[in-house]
Amino acid sequence: MYAFDYQRPSALDEAVALLRDLDEPKVLAGGQTLLPTLKQRLAQPGSLVDLSRIPGLSGIERRGEGLFIGAMARHAQVATSPLVQEVIPALAELAGMIGDPAVRNRGTLGGSIANNDPTADYPAACLGLGASIVTNARTLVADDFFTGLFETALGEDELVVGVEFPAPARAGYAKFRNPASRYAMAGAFVAQMADGVRVAITGAGQGGVFRWAEAEEALHADFRPESIAELTLDASDIMSDLHGSADYRAQLVKVMTLRALVAALR
Amino acid sequence: MNANTASNVTPIGAAVRRKEDHRFITGKGRYTDDLHRPGEAQAYFLRSPHAHARIRSLDTAEAAAMPGVVAILTGAELAEDKVGDLICGWMIHSVDGSPMRMGSHPALAKDTVRYVGDHVAVVIAETLNQAKDAAAAIAVDYEVLPAVSDLAQAQAEGAPQLHEVAPRNVVFAWELGDKDATDTAFANAAHVIPIDVVNNRLAPNPIEPRAAIGDYDSGDDAFTLWTTSQNPHLARLVLSAFVGIAPENKLRVIAPDVGGGFGSKIFIYAEETVCAWASKRVGRPVKWTCDRSEAFLCDAHGRDHITHAELALDPAGRILGFRVKTTANMGAYLSTFASSIPTYLYATLLSGQYDIPAIHCHVDAVYTNTAPVDAYRGAGRPEATFLVERIVEIAARTLKMDSAAFRRLNFVTSFPHQTPVIMNYDAGDYAASLDKALELADYAGFPARKTEAERRGKLRGIGLSNYIEACGIAPSAAVGSLGAGVGLWESAEVRVNPTGNVEVLTGSHSHGQGHETTFAQLVSSRLGIPMDQVSIVHGDTDKVQFGMGTYGSRSGAVGMSAIVKALDKVEAKAKKIAAHMLEAAEGDIEFKDGRFSVAGTDRWLGFAEVALNAYVAHKFPTSEIEPGLKEGAFYDPTNFTFPAGCHVCEVEIDPDTGVTQIVNFTAVDDFGVVINPMIVEGQVHGGIAQGVGQALMESVHYDADGQLVTGSFMDYTMPRAENLPSFRIGLTQTRCPSNPLGIKGCGEAGAIAAPPAVINAITMALGTEDVSMPATPAKVWQIIQAWRAVAQAAE
Amino acid sequence: MTSISMTVNGRPISAEVEPRTLLVEFLRENLHLTGTHVGCDTSQCGACVVHLDGAAVKSCTMLAVQADGGAVTTIEGLAPAGRLHPMQEAFREHHGLQCGFCTPGMIMTAVDMVARLGTELDETTIRENLDGNLCRCTGYHNIVKAVAAGAHAMNPAALAAE
Repeated sequence: MYAFDYQRPSALDEAVALLRDLDEPKVLAGGQTLLPTLKQRLAQPGSLVDLSRIPGLSGIERRGEGLFIGAMARHAQVATSPLVQEVIPALAELAGMIGDPAVRNRGTLGGSIANNDPTADYPAACLGLGASIVTNARTLVADDFFTGLFETALGEDELVVGVEFPAPARAGYAKFRNPASRYAMAGAFVAQMADGVRVAITGAGQGGVFRWAEAEEALHADFRPESIAELTLDASDIMSDLHGSADYRAQLVKVMTLRALVAALR
Repeated sequence: MNANTASNVTPIGAAVRRKEDHRFITGKGRYTDDLHRPGEAQAYFLRSPHAHARIRSLDTAEAAAMPGVVAILTGAELAEDKVGDLICGWMIHSVDGSPMRMGSHPALAKDTVRYVGDHVAVVIAETLNQAKDAAAAIAVDYEVLPAVSDLAQAQAEGAPQLHEVAPRNVVFAWELGDKDATDTAFANAAHVIPIDVVNNRLAPNPIEPRAAIGDYDSGDDAFTLWTTSQNPHLARLVLSAFVGIAPENKLRVIAPDVGGGFGSKIFIYAEETVCAWASKRVGRPVKWTCDRSEAFLCDAHGRDHITHAELALDPAGRILGFRVKTTANMGAYLSTFASSIPTYLYATLLSGQYDIPAIHCHVDAVYTNTAPVDAYRGAGRPEATFLVERIVEIAARTLKMDSAAFRRLNFVTSFPHQTPVIMNYDAGDYAASLDKALELADYAGFPARKTEAERRGKLRGIGLSNYIEACGIAPSAAVGSLGAGVGLWESAEVRVNPTGNVEVLTGSHSHGQGHETTFAQLVSSRLGIPMDQVSIVHGDTDKVQFGMGTYGSRSGAVGMSAIVKALDKVEAKAKKIAAHMLEAAEGDIEFKDGRFSVAGTDRWLGFAEVALNAYVAHKFPTSEIEPGLKEGAFYDPTNFTFPAGCHVCEVEIDPDTGVTQIVNFTAVDDFGVVINPMIVEGQVHGGIAQGVGQALMESVHYDADGQLVTGSFMDYTMPRAENLPSFRIGLTQTRCPSNPLGIKGCGEAGAIAAPPAVINAITMALGTEDVSMPATPAKVWQIIQAWRAVAQAAE
Repeated sequence: MTSISMTVNGRPISAEVEPRTLLVEFLRENLHLTGTHVGCDTSQCGACVVHLDGAAVKSCTMLAVQADGGAVTTIEGLAPAGRLHPMQEAFREHHGLQCGFCTPGMIMTAVDMVARLGTELDETTIRENLDGNLCRCTGYHNIVKAVAAGAHAMNPAALAAE
C-alpha cells in the first residue's frame, strides 16, 4: 500500500467537509474491495475517510411499506435482520450470498453500491427493486444512480447515507458465482412491484448492472417461468473473459433469471 | 508379552493422532515468516512487467535515496561478487547424443528478462512498504522483444528465441523405448486408437507463500538461511557448490515449519539465493516473504504438456503397442529438476497397469516466455496417467467393451514385471483394487442412478482411473546413469539418550506429511518405548548431517527405511551391552517389546537400563565396545516402489449451466504397508482435491504477449470445500519387497489418479471424448451446445 | 502515525501505527502473534481470519486503525492457557490439518460458524460456510468432519458433561 492519511470523522458534515477539502480523499466504508485494491497499489489516495464512527449510518428500519437501510449496514446485518427477512426476504438472501462469512461481517451496503463493481450483488437489488439512494445532498432513483462500470452519479463530496427499498409483492435473487473470485458471473434480481415487474442483471453487462427489458415485459404480462422460457438475451453487450464467453454469460443470465423467478414464486 | 510395556507402544498400523498438531492448532507453529533476526531488513523484488525484453538501462539513483532504503542490488552486483547461475541438476541427452541446452539463469537479470516476473533488481529497506515505494521509483528502460508464450508455437519457424544456446527453443529432443518394435506392433494392429491431449499448466499454491531470511555473521564468516524448503540440504549443496554463496561448512540452511510444498519448495530459486548473498553485501539480515501474486509469477508451475499418442490393439482388445509424442513446456529457464519431469518421471510410467509389449515415447522440451515449470505433486506421473487412462478408456468405448473389463484384460498379473520403459514392477494386484473400488463405488448400480439423474434433467457419468506411479526414486547408481546430479538415498541418525528416550535425525522434511508422528510410531514399535519419548529432528543442516528431503512420496519408503537401518545398528550394539550386563552370550540376547532378555530364562533388562549403561559404561569393556548409543545409516533403495490403485469418479452435470458436480469419489489404493492409516487417508484426500482441481478448474493462463492472466485467486480457481464431496477411501495391500518396511508411498496418488477419473466420467456423461482440462462450466456448456446443434441438424 | 487502542486476547494494547498497517501486520509484527497467517493478497484464502468483537473478519483486509477500540481474538487467545478449545481439539482428533498453515483461520472461521448457525451443522452447511477459507492439503474431507465434531462439542450440554 502507498502511504495515506487516515481520518475518522464523527459526523456526516465533517466527513463531507473532509472529502471536499482533502487532497485525493477516498471513502473507507467496509474496505472489502478498497483494501485489496490498495494492497495491490492500484490506487493511491491521499487520505482515507473512515465512515465507521459516524452515528446513525447503519440502521435498518421500516419506511412506509418498504425499508430504509443505512449505508454502513454490514452484509451480515442485513442478511440476518428479522425485519429485512420479513419485508424483503430476497434482499436478506442476497446479502447472505455476498462474498464469504468474514467478508459479510465487514462489507457494507453503501460501499458496495458506491463502488458499483459490475460483478457486485447489491446493485442488482437496488435496480431490481427500484430503490432510492439517499445521499447527504439528494435522493436518486437507482436507474439514475448506476451510470457505468465502477461509475455512479455520486459527486466528489457526496456520500451515500442509505437506501430506501420499496417492498415488492414477490422477489427473488439467484446468482452464478465466478468459480475463482466468487463474485457474480451472472446475478438476476426479479421483483414484482406495484407498478410492474423489474429484472436487474449484474455480473454480465459490459456497462455494469442493467435491466432486462424483454424479461420484464414478459413477466409483467404473466409472472411465470413459461413467460421467459423462450427468451434469449442479446449477447452483444455482455462481458466476455477467461471465465466465460458472452454467449455463456447470456445463458447464465437467463438461467439465473428463471431461478430468481422460481425463488420469488416460492 | 508384558502388558505394561505393550500398552505404551504405538504399533505400526495404528491411526494415532499427530504429535505435531498441538503447535499448529494453538498458533504456535514456526514458519519462516514468523521468524525475525535482530536488525533484519526487508527485501522486495522488482520484476519484469514484460515477457521478453532487453534491459537497455537501469537507473536506481532516485530510488536509492528514498526513505529507509538500505541497498538496491542488480545483476551487475551479482556478477561483481561472482555469484553463479541457478542450475538444473538432471542432465538429459537428446536423441542425437547432445546434452540439453541450458540457458544462463542468473538470480538477477544480467541484460535480458525472459518472463513476466523475472527478477530485475532487489530493493532492501527498513520496511517492506519502503522497499516497495523505492522499487516503484527505479527507472528501467526496456527494449521489448517479441515473446512466445504458447507451447505449440515455441518451435515454429521464426518464433522468438529465448536462449542463444537453444536454437528453436529446444532444450532437448529425447526418446525412450523401442521404436522399431512399436512400429511393428502398429503394423500388426487390428485397431489403432489416437488421442490428442493437453495437460494443463498448474500453479502449486501451497497456502504458505515462500519466504527466506539470509543472515551473514561476519564474526564467523558464515551464513544462515532460513527458508521454506522441502530439502534444505540440497539447497545448501547447490548454493555452495554451484551458486558459490559459501562453502557448505559456512552455510547453514534451516527449513522450519513449512506450510505445504507439493514440489514447489524443492527448487533453489532466485529469491533465497539473493537473500543469502545480500545479507553479506549489506551487512544485515535480509528477509523476503512472497505474496500470493508474486507466487503466481515466480513459483515453478507444473504439468504443461501437449501430446499426440496412439494405442495399437489386437482384435480382442489386447494392447500391442503405445506410441507417444509429447511437447513439454520448461518455461523461460530450466528449474532445479525440470528436465527429469517430462522424461524419466513421465515416459517410464507409460505402461500404466498394463502389459504392453512395445512402447515408444518422444519428448521435445522447449523454452517459452513463461515462468519455469518443474515438479508439482506427481511430477510427470499425472501426465503419464492422464494419457494412459484416457486412451485406455477411449479404446474400451471404441471397442464397445466395459471399461473395467477392458482394463482387466490388459492388466499386468505376474510380478516382477519388466515394462518396455525401464520400470520393473515388483509387486501389485491391480484386479484387487479394481474390484474393491467398483464395489465401494457401487459401479453396478450406476445405470439406475443415471436414469434417475436424467429424470431430473442432469447428465451423469462414471469414470475409472487405474493408475500406477513410481516412488522412492532410486537406486542412486541407476538414477545417476539416467542423468541425475545427486543420489536419491536417505539418511537417519538415532540418538538414544542416557535416560532411554530417543531423538531421530532425518534427512526427510515434513511440510504437512506428519513425520513427527509416523517416524516416532516406527521407533516406538521397534524399541518398545512410548511415542512421546521419541522426538523427530529435521530441517536443519547443522543438526542433520545430510539428507535428500521430501518429495516424490519418498519419505516412508526411503526415509523410514534409513531409520530402520539405524535402529538395526542400535539394537545390535545394545544387545552387546546387554549381554555384558546380563553376563550372557550376545547370541542369547533377545530384544522384544522393549526388553533385552536372555533366551530361555526370566532374566531381562529394560531398554532404558541398557541405554543408561551404554553411557555410564561401567559394565562392558570400552576397548571392545565404544560407550554411547547413537547410530547413523544411509539407505539406498534397490528399486522404485510402485503404488497403484483404482479411483472412480461419478459426476452429475447441469446442462443449463455446465456445472459438473462430483457426486461420488472412490479411491482404493495399494500403498503396501501402512504406518498410520489416518495420515495416509489424509494424503489421499489432499491429492484427490488437487487432481479434481486440475480436471475441473485450475489452469495457469498466459495471453499471447506472455502476460499472466491468472495472477491471483481472483482468476485462478482453487478447489473449495463446496466443490468436493466426502471421499470413499479403501486400501488393498501387497507388500513392497524393495524396502524393509514394505512401504510404497502415498503422497501423490490422488493427484495422479483423479484427473482421468473425472474426465472419463464427464466424457461419458457428455457422450464426446473431446473434453480438455480444466472442464470448466463454461467449457462444458459450450460442448453441450455444440452437441445439441449437431443433434438438431441431424433431425 | 495514528494512536490505537484495542483489546487483544483479553489484554489491553495501545500503539502508534502507520495508517497503512493492516490488522494482520499489527498482530504479527507488533504483537508477535504469529498464529494468524497471510496466504493471499485478495481476501480469498482466510488464513488470516480472527474475531473482531466476536465476529470473524479477514485481518488482511482490514486496517489496524479500523480495529481501534475493538476486541480482537486470535488463535492464541481462543482457549485459556494450557487448554484447548473444543474446535481445536476436534481438528486434532479428526486430522483436520496437515501443514497447519490454513488451520488457525479454519478454526476461527469454524468457531464463528457455530456462533452464527449453532452447534449441529450438516456437511452442506459446513462446506458452504468454508467458502472463504482455502486449504491445499486436506481436500477439506477431514476439516468438514472436524468442524461438525467441534461444533457438536461446543453444545452447552456437551460442555457441561465434560
